[in-house]
Amino acid sequence: MATVLENAWIIPLIPAASFFLILFFGKRLPRKGSELGIAAVGLAFVLALVVNVQWFDHVDDAEHQSESEEHAALVDDGGWFAEAPNTAVAYGPDESAAVAQDEGEGEHGEEAAGTHFEVEPIEKSWTWFQNGGVDIDVGMLLDGPAVMMLFVVTLVSLLVHVYSTDYVAGDRRYTHFFAFLSLFTASMLGLIMAPTTLQLIVSWELVGLCSFVLIGHWWEEKANSDAALKAFITNRVGDVGLIVGVVTLFWAAGGTFDILEINSLALSGGINQTALLVASCCLVAAVMSKSGQFILHTWLPDAMAGPTPVSALIHAATMVVAGIYMVGRMYGVFFQGLNIGTSSVNLLAVVGGVTVLGGAGLAFVQDDIKKVLAYSTVSQLGYMVMALGIGAWTAAFFHLFTHAFFKACLFLGSGSVSHAVHSFDMRKDMGGLRKWMPHTYRTFIIATAALIGIFPFAGFWSKDEILAGASQLGGEGNYTAFMIVGIVGAVMTAAYMTRVIYLTFFGEFRGHGQPHESGPRITVPLWILAVLGVTAGFVNIPSALAPGTVELRFEHFYEPKGAYFPVENFTHPEFSLGIALGATLIGVVGISAAYLWFWRGLGPHGVTQRNRVAHAGYTTLVNKYYFDHLYTDIITGTVKGPVARAVYWVNQNVIDGVVDGAGRLSTALGRFVYDRIDQQVVDGAINSSATAANNSGQVFRQLTSGKVQQYGALLFGAAAVFAGAIILFV
Amino acid sequence: MLNQFLLLGAVLFCIGVYGVIARKNTVLVLMSIELILNAVNINLLAFGAARGDVTGAVFALFIIAVAAAEVGVGLAMVLIIYRNRASVDLDEVDSMKG
Repeated sequence: MATVLENAWIIPLIPAASFFLILFFGKRLPRKGSELGIAAVGLAFVLALVVNVQWFDHVDDAEHQSESEEHAALVDDGGWFAEAPNTAVAYGPDESAAVAQDEGEGEHGEEAAGTHFEVEPIEKSWTWFQNGGVDIDVGMLLDGPAVMMLFVVTLVSLLVHVYSTDYVAGDRRYTHFFAFLSLFTASMLGLIMAPTTLQLIVSWELVGLCSFVLIGHWWEEKANSDAALKAFITNRVGDVGLIVGVVTLFWAAGGTFDILEINSLALSGGINQTALLVASCCLVAAVMSKSGQFILHTWLPDAMAGPTPVSALIHAATMVVAGIYMVGRMYGVFFQGLNIGTSSVNLLAVVGGVTVLGGAGLAFVQDDIKKVLAYSTVSQLGYMVMALGIGAWTAAFFHLFTHAFFKACLFLGSGSVSHAVHSFDMRKDMGGLRKWMPHTYRTFIIATAALIGIFPFAGFWSKDEILAGASQLGGEGNYTAFMIVGIVGAVMTAAYMTRVIYLTFFGEFRGHGQPHESGPRITVPLWILAVLGVTAGFVNIPSALAPGTVELRFEHFYEPKGAYFPVENFTHPEFSLGIALGATLIGVVGISAAYLWFWRGLGPHGVTQRNRVAHAGYTTLVNKYYFDHLYTDIITGTVKGPVARAVYWVNQNVIDGVVDGAGRLSTALGRFVYDRIDQQVVDGAINSSATAANNSGQVFRQLTSGKVQQYGALLFGAAAVFAGAIILFV
Repeated sequence: MLNQFLLLGAVLFCIGVYGVIARKNTVLVLMSIELILNAVNINLLAFGAARGDVTGAVFALFIIAVAAAEVGVGLAMVLIIYRNRASVDLDEVDSMKG
């Protein structure tokens, strides 16, 4: 059994192989390579399913084993107890005390067995190369979150592949598109399984590269290639943090890249606290760039320049969660480094909290449907980072899990809409589409409900868990600020999503021509994701609401259980009816406010024109808090002039000087070499050796007179000399 | 006695060497070579007699036989040179000149 589980490293290799196959043979295939991509990702998905099933068995086995060990311990105690009466004759008073103590121990042991048991992660690695005595390994590390992500990534990727066959049909780089979708899937799967921080970096960069290529898929338009560059360069900023963090951890952990080892060391106090703090802060920078957290979020909305399936796959469901996943994977480091779990208000939580509100605020003023969704993604990722920051690991990953489905559904839905009206502008080209696009409309509504967190859709459960975590973790009331942030974010989410629905599906159609519903290759993935958007929340249904066998399955199977994951100070929030009701109510308030504003025309419309403060706020939002100005005009603008001048000066004086000097020097050297060395030394040597040969030839020529007698005389003379020498010296 | 024989051999050898080096007549050079060979033979015989060993005498007999063959070859060459050049003067035979 469990062979697929142990050989799960094959899963990333399948789409990787498909990348090369599509690149080399794709154009010759009847469907231009898309069939290869779909087959590869489909196979990966099936394997991921098998891996999940086997993982469940693996977890249950570990649990049963730990239970039976506990049971065995109890039986032993019973044996001791059975013998006790024999001794009790002599030591009557002691016996009852001993029994009481024994019972106490038994209860204690039972409790411990109920809360934690360890699940061995599945590891497999090969040495890639060795350098300076350090083995650089590649391989796989499968534990709960990795198995969960395998499922999410392969499923969303498969649906996006199918969707793309319709959406980008007839595109001039159709084959390349599918090749890079494959490569993206492969790199993301590699990232998920990375057992070492180095493999993590490599996959992380590959994922970034695919993002760059796919955002710039239609690079003929300047805006698109600019967006691709912006994504790439902004991510570079965070990548510096990633590399510095990883190197810090490498040295701090005594020269290892192994993630499990680093986590275990961090948790057991084997790594200096300062090093952990520095590494965590550096890694947070990486999270900020990859997962679109303030203040490095600016690339994510611009990345909507890419084809919509890419936005769904990369910029909503999978790639941007790489940052979240990395934090979850290195949670031991963050947990210790940032003192998560000891009620500290740390960097991770603050970044997440700021992002929740900042992203949601920006979503209100966008007219491009995909940009609203992009800012919504930024905001939701903020929730996850915030949850990680306050110690609600499971809530964060659960939200990641549910968010992947409904956000992919929303993005694919927006793609379906734009496919019909050939635009992304909600104000100018959409409106009233519910009549023409019933499937898109229904799935979009379901996914929106899930995003807002309406009971019983998926988002309700995961967002509720984050809010419950903020209210309960870190001691009484220490994270109340974050709970308020979460609730305000939920209101805003409800309002801006209602705005999107109003502008897109209600009112009068403002575009041109006759919109039409998309084909089955678009609507079927939408429905699958919508169904998951409804049901995905039930996998972690709180124990208060469900019988024991189905409660908290997500936590049970996907939360890591072992020495590399925090146990001390690590608690799970309990389900709280008040928060659940409050969160739903708050969502309804947001929806109602937006309903009254848009449908009924109530509220101070036009206030942004009349009121100075409101206008300033509106302008700030439209200008995206001036972050782009800050980066492009102020930072880049002030830096690029002097830098360019300095570089020019260096070019003219230093580099040209060096080149000219080298040229002059080599001319002089060449002349010197010709005059002195070539003419005199080399030629002189050759000429003089020739002369010497000539002269010696003249001398020896005399000897070879051809006269036998002269030869004979020489022979005898020499013989006489040798004879004399022998006589004299021997 | 040995010394006298060796002395005789040395004298004969020197005469032979002188003849080989100095004479111009090819036939005389050949004869001088015979003198050298016989000087060696005398030495071999003298040492053989002094040591009471027949090996020296056997060796001398071999040398005489080989010398006869050698003289035959030498004279044949001289004859051919004479036929080609109508002279046996060694100074004129210098086709090995370098």
